[in-house]
Amino acid sequence: MEQIAFFCGAIGALGGAIAVVALKNPFYSVLALVIHLVFLAGIFLLLMAQFLAAALIVVYAGAVMVLYVFVAAYVGGIEEPRWDSSPELKLIGPIAAIALFVAISIAIVGSGLSALSTTGPDDIPAGFGTPEAVGHLMMEDFLIAFEAASILLLLAAVAAIVLAGRRREDPNKLPKGGESS
Amino acid sequence: MNIEWFLVLSALLFTVGLIGVIVRRNPVVILLCLELMLSAGALALLAFSRMLGNQDGQVFVLIVLVVAACEVVVGLGLVVAMYRRRLPLDVDEMKELKG
Amino acid sequence: MTATWAWLVLLFPLLGSMTIGLTFRVLPERTAGLVGIAAIVAAFVCGILALIGLQGEPHESRHVASSLWEYASVGGFTIDLGIYVDPLSIFMVLVVTGVSSLIHIYSYSYMKSDQGYHRFFSYLNFFVFSMLVLVLAGNFIMLIVGWALVGFASYALISYWYRRNTATKAGMKAFVINVVGDIGLYIAAILIFKNLGSVDYTAVFEKAPEVFSVNEWEIVAICLCLLVGAFAKSAQMPFHTWLADAMEGPTPVSSLIHAATMVTAGVYLIARCFPLFELAPTAADIAAWVGLATLLIAGTIAIAVTDLKRIIAYSTMSQIGYMFVAVGIGGYSAGMFHLMTHAFFKALLFMAAGSIISAMANMQDIDKMKGFRKAMPFTAAMLIIGALALSGFPGTSGWFSKDEIIDFAHFRGGMYDWMWIGMLIGAFMTAIYSFRIIFRILPGPACKEAEYLEQHGHVIHGEPKNPATGQLEDTEVGYPGEEHHIAEQAGGMKFAMGVLGVLALIGGLVQIPGVSEVITHFLEPTFEDSIYAGMHPSVSQAWTGLAEGALISIAGIATAWLLYIKRPDLPARFRSRFSAVYTLCVNKWYGDQVIDFLIVNPVKAFGRFCNGVFERGVINGATAGVAGITRSAGAAVRDMQSGLLRGYAVLMLFGILAIVVYFLIRSI
Repeated sequence: MEQIAFFCGAIGALGGAIAVVALKNPFYSVLALVIHLVFLAGIFLLLMAQFLAAALIVVYAGAVMVLYVFVAAYVGGIEEPRWDSSPELKLIGPIAAIALFVAISIAIVGSGLSALSTTGPDDIPAGFGTPEAVGHLMMEDFLIAFEAASILLLLAAVAAIVLAGRRREDPNKLPKGGESS
Repeated sequence: MNIEWFLVLSALLFTVGLIGVIVRRNPVVILLCLELMLSAGALALLAFSRMLGNQDGQVFVLIVLVVAACEVVVGLGLVVAMYRRRLPLDVDEMKELKG
Repeated sequence: MTATWAWLVLLFPLLGSMTIGLTFRVLPERTAGLVGIAAIVAAFVCGILALIGLQGEPHESRHVASSLWEYASVGGFTIDLGIYVDPLSIFMVLVVTGVSSLIHIYSYSYMKSDQGYHRFFSYLNFFVFSMLVLVLAGNFIMLIVGWALVGFASYALISYWYRRNTATKAGMKAFVINVVGDIGLYIAAILIFKNLGSVDYTAVFEKAPEVFSVNEWEIVAICLCLLVGAFAKSAQMPFHTWLADAMEGPTPVSSLIHAATMVTAGVYLIARCFPLFELAPTAADIAAWVGLATLLIAGTIAIAVTDLKRIIAYSTMSQIGYMFVAVGIGGYSAGMFHLMTHAFFKALLFMAAGSIISAMANMQDIDKMKGFRKAMPFTAAMLIIGALALSGFPGTSGWFSKDEIIDFAHFRGGMYDWMWIGMLIGAFMTAIYSFRIIFRILPGPACKEAEYLEQHGHVIHGEPKNPATGQLEDTEVGYPGEEHHIAEQAGGMKFAMGVLGVLALIGGLVQIPGVSEVITHFLEPTFEDSIYAGMHPSVSQAWTGLAEGALISIAGIATAWLLYIKRPDLPARFRSRFSAVYTLCVNKWYGDQVIDFLIVNPVKAFGRFCNGVFERGVINGATAGVAGITRSAGAAVRDMQSGLLRGYAVLMLFGILAIVVYFLIRSI
């Protein structure tokens, strides 16, 4: 049963991921990512991370992806320009990436890292991965990290406003690619 | 269910995201691919957390989600700023850093 | 509870300094002065409360060590941010905060027209804070912290009028010499830690007698290093040259730092470390002999120079010489008593001098001053009280304190009798130079400035000139201000001087031999382990000493009267007859030149040599070589910087791949 759930989730997540990369229109890519995240949340559940699965759906597939959809709709579904300045990257990149995958897979499966070949302890404490347990950890052991994260979010929000906000000067007068790059 | 499976899936998702970052040129899609890579990392963390029976990894994933959200906000802000300035939405066009 | 009050003593001046320093744009000027005064008065009140708390303890446990937190902890070596409260430190706290309060009140009026009013009070409060850290420190590290902070505060305040070249140079000189002393202190602390394994006062003083035998070379070395610090801070030979130049600072600064408090830190240090010095009698004797030499030499210089503030500065050196002799020969409470009375009358003298200098439109030459008796009666009275106390006139505070020291030396006998004779000569000179000031400035026909003051009711406004060089001042910033303030017309100055005047007159009554020995009894718990604890002259011996002192002082005053009133031609004749001696004195025994010759010039020559050889050849060559290598390496890898985002991503990917493959290969 667990295996079936895992493979369904894995196929869905992988399919979504490939669709994100392959689809030409960014708008569709965003929707593919939503599908990917929904399946990924299922896999999270298999790993006994109920709270994070819910957070992934609500925060990610919900809020963040809406942001993406808005921006994709705002800038429009632009076709990729035909002229490619470095076509060799299209070849080298995927080959190197697949090589990395192979290397990591050897490390995980093929090598003697026997510690990885386990299903994890069976006597997981009750409430593993529930909001209550994670919340306790976050407010007791990791309070400083939590506060730092909240400050980071605030900074990011301010940065986004500064970056995307309207300037007083006429943007046409600025040299091309002046400040934003 | 063996932990190795989850890790291999994580590596696979990471590779797909990486290929996307290298191949695609639309900044919005590049950001999406970065999300893919981050979620692959989160998956690996969760797998280890399950393996050790320790929930610290889950808190770590939560922090990763926060960082990802920050990155999205700033990245999309950049995209909007580029659009406002009538710049072509192509990362190859921005190469002022060329040495 | 006592410790809490002691911490509050430290807190208030720090708060005051920060408040004034940070709000200079917001607070009106007068308020800054008031905040400064309030902070110091609050510290004084807390000091009194700490004193009451301490006196409530039984006699044998009358000391408190308190630590707020660990300052550093490295490999078994811990330094606490700790204070040590005992009668000695409380005594110093009260002297420092008490005199500081009065000087703050004086400055409130004196500095009224200055352009940097906030800066001044911020520095002044900071100084008091640093001095209190020094005094209350609970271990040698805190002592060094306070010591260095005090040195900085002194530097900042000497260079306070920073557009004056002479002032900034004097500040640097003071700072450099003080740092030499600091180094002595560091070495002493390191040696103490190396031998005793701790830097805490209590632990060090307890363990020292077990570890060292008397006059073992290491304890002597420690004490000599401590003495280097003490000499530098207290302007004793051969580190004395900075103090006279430090008079470039505003007069309240001279009064507070370079007379009443900071320069006495060396005396405090020796008294505080008396268990160490008693294990090293050689070092203690050196301290006493150096004190004696300083007091004699400074006395001769004070008779010769004509700059009003410098005369008082040399007399300060001389009086601190007395204190060094006292603590060097084991008369700790006598030394501390003289420290207290000296703080009173020397601060008073400086304040009166400041008032007169204001009336002279910043002129400091006593040759040009005359006839201020009528024009400034209050200042004149205070100046006379200060001079009486300084020269040890019977009944004044200086009489009791100075003669206690002199008498103690005679009581110790042996070679200390030579010190006794030296100090008697010193006392005679003290009386001469202090009344030289009086007889030159007050009587006689009024000079132009005094006359102007008398007729117009306000002080003359001279050209803004540098009193040392006569150059015109840059009036934009860092300048004293057009208007001057004299004690006669400014309430704050009058109040501060009045209080100090009363203290200088009757302050000695707390310690009358055989009647009221308050200071000795109060300090007893600190010094009860001393080998000199039971030793003090009998009452009759003490009174004999006081009688000698009275005679000497009156003789000195009479001589001064003869020289400067009755036969004003005599000094000139002496000058031409003994021109060599006079030149020596007026040039301050060539102290600056000797130091220049022995230290400054060789260091300069070495610097020039290094500049020529190392800087040009080695360092420049090396830097040019490194720059060249970097440039060619940059040219080699420049093409990698394509500016393509995706290109960078691929490079990163290769890097990660390399790392992963490396670990894979290693794991096989």
